[in-house]
Amino acid sequence: MRPGPNTLRLAPMSTSTEKKIRVVVAKPGLDGHDRGAKIIARALRDAGMEVIYTGLHQTPEQIVETVIQEDADAVGLSILSGAHMTLVPRIMELLAEQGVEDVVVTVGGTIPDDDVQELKRMGVAEVFTPGASTQQAIDFIRGAVRA
Amino acid sequence: MATRSRTDSGRDASFSTISGEAIKPLYTDTDLPPDPDAAIGLPGEFPYTRGVYASMYRGRLWTMRQFAGFGTAAETNQRFRYLLDHGQTGLSTAFDMPSLMGHDSDHPRSLGEVGREGVAIDTLDDMETLFADIPLDRVSVSMTINAPAAIMLAFYVVAAERRGIASEQLAGTIQTDILKEYIAQKEWCFPVDPAMRLVTDMIEWSSEHMPRWHPISISGYHIREAGSTAAQELAFTLKDGLTYVEHALARGLDVDDFAPRLSFFFNAHIDFFEEIAKYRAARRIWARELRETFGARDERSLLMRFHTQTAGVSLTAQQPLNNIVRTAIEALAGVLGGTQSLHTNSFDEALALPTEDAVRVALRTQQIIAEETGVANTIDPLGGSYFVEALTDRLEELCYEYFSKIDELGGMVEAVKRGFPQREIADAAFRYQQELETGVRKLVGVNAYTEGDDHQTPILRIDPELEPEQVARVRAVRARRDEQALAGALSALENAARDPRENLMAHLLTAVRADATEGEMVQTLQGVFGGYMEAPAF
Repeated sequence: MRPGPNTLRLAPMSTSTEKKIRVVVAKPGLDGHDRGAKIIARALRDAGMEVIYTGLHQTPEQIVETVIQEDADAVGLSILSGAHMTLVPRIMELLAEQGVEDVVVTVGGTIPDDDVQELKRMGVAEVFTPGASTQQAIDFIRGAVRA
Repeated sequence: MATRSRTDSGRDASFSTISGEAIKPLYTDTDLPPDPDAAIGLPGEFPYTRGVYASMYRGRLWTMRQFAGFGTAAETNQRFRYLLDHGQTGLSTAFDMPSLMGHDSDHPRSLGEVGREGVAIDTLDDMETLFADIPLDRVSVSMTINAPAAIMLAFYVVAAERRGIASEQLAGTIQTDILKEYIAQKEWCFPVDPAMRLVTDMIEWSSEHMPRWHPISISGYHIREAGSTAAQELAFTLKDGLTYVEHALARGLDVDDFAPRLSFFFNAHIDFFEEIAKYRAARRIWARELRETFGARDERSLLMRFHTQTAGVSLTAQQPLNNIVRTAIEALAGVLGGTQSLHTNSFDEALALPTEDAVRVALRTQQIIAEETGVANTIDPLGGSYFVEALTDRLEELCYEYFSKIDELGGMVEAVKRGFPQREIADAAFRYQQELETGVRKLVGVNAYTEGDDHQTPILRIDPELEPEQVARVRAVRARRDEQALAGALSALENAARDPRENLMAHLLTAVRADATEGEMVQTLQGVFGGYMEAPAF
């Protein structure tokens, strides 16, 4: 369920007429490699987005709940445990079950090429692999959310 | 931010280390310490700047110890035997994420993670399979696990015991460094204080029963991989080490009873001289602190012996063959820095776990350094270099600045609880990323010389069938054991956990003999200690 009228949401303290993009940066699975997630979270924030970082070791259920509660426009999943082909499909499934179809899902991590194609077939908008710049992530999310 | 400076030569480049330390155009004798003899000394003599042994690699080469582990115990056992057959001289075990977090393979949180990033070990049975046909009384074995280290050590001791090998004969290392888990690697089971008790229990127990064993490997590796600078790696690692010493002393142990068995583990990053200076400073600081602060009298207590691993984080997914070169240079820094053992990363590791072919090239890299280059012919060939000695002094100075900040916060345990080292590392990681993106730092194949990428690297795939196989294995053990003995052992463990005067090791050994699984022992302890959750911050 999307947050109803009971959810208190303050207007952004910005002179810009454009609404700030809200992004959840999430760490599914058991690995503790949070260097990339934290860098991306800071870079997105510095680029003017509202960033919600879930912290480590999140289940797919916890992540989907955060996405819904935070009324996010996008969610960036950072996974370096090799479990992406189990965890990402589960997250996509839960998002669909909850009727969340307009959230841009991106994945970052050590993801082999074949898996990248498979993840995109499941509805992941983009996969960022080692060496990708934060600017690429910023540009992509901006473009995809505004589209 | 590193600054760009234009010198007489006119080359537009950042003349600073990868950690951001400014480097002068030339070093001379005026850059040496005021009393060079006292600060540098001789190998095997206080303050050990030039190495912990008088003979160093003239006496014995470093141990070539490649870290390995994936899939099930049987598969990793095959890789271990492959490595031993190819001239490797010690073993090093990588565990999967569920094992590191204390979950059995059939725990819901383990789904999709079993055997992916290391080997899955749930039971004594798995540990016996992992080391089947490997002579544990002759090969030294390292195990990279922390939060549940005491449980894994109990599995290992009982597995050896069943083959007639006493704990006194076992040689090797278990990582056990829980402080750096909260700081950097983030695989935990319990809150900080009970976790420190478990570490101290293990140090105490092994000082009595395992004279050839290193119960802890105080690790900077993961701190560096998380994005720290060289000085942060040095300072946080040493401060963690000094904190374990304080805890063991508070238990009433004599420093010389356990300090000789403490070992260290550092990263070898790509900034060649900064890394060498880091190892030299580390040895000097450790020797001084142990002697002057803790009053160690046994010379062996002063010796910082360390393992080195080349920097995974320096590897690129782009043009992966270039990683062979990076790894060779990093390994050379470890050797010239006087490491006791070394792991060289495989060139495909920015893509996946390494294939057998890639692992062989990595091992051969060490063998080429040892056998062909001649660098092991003389002891500490860089000792006395104006630049290396000046950089060693600088790192020492930066390290003590961090020690003061940590002391002001009330010590390392308190600093970790307040997230101080965690924030310092995240800041450094972000700064470095900005330097890459603005082009102040060049990374070949990523932001410079990007043409001609080779995407044809074959990668290792973990068979998805291994997970259900491992789940079946742990369930088979649960089905065949004596339930009454198990319940008794777990309840004794729980009672001991409630009493801080009890050493938990003996109770864990009893539980292992009753075929308790890793997850059951962790859950029993969590029932008393609670779990751990980090406040999310970036």
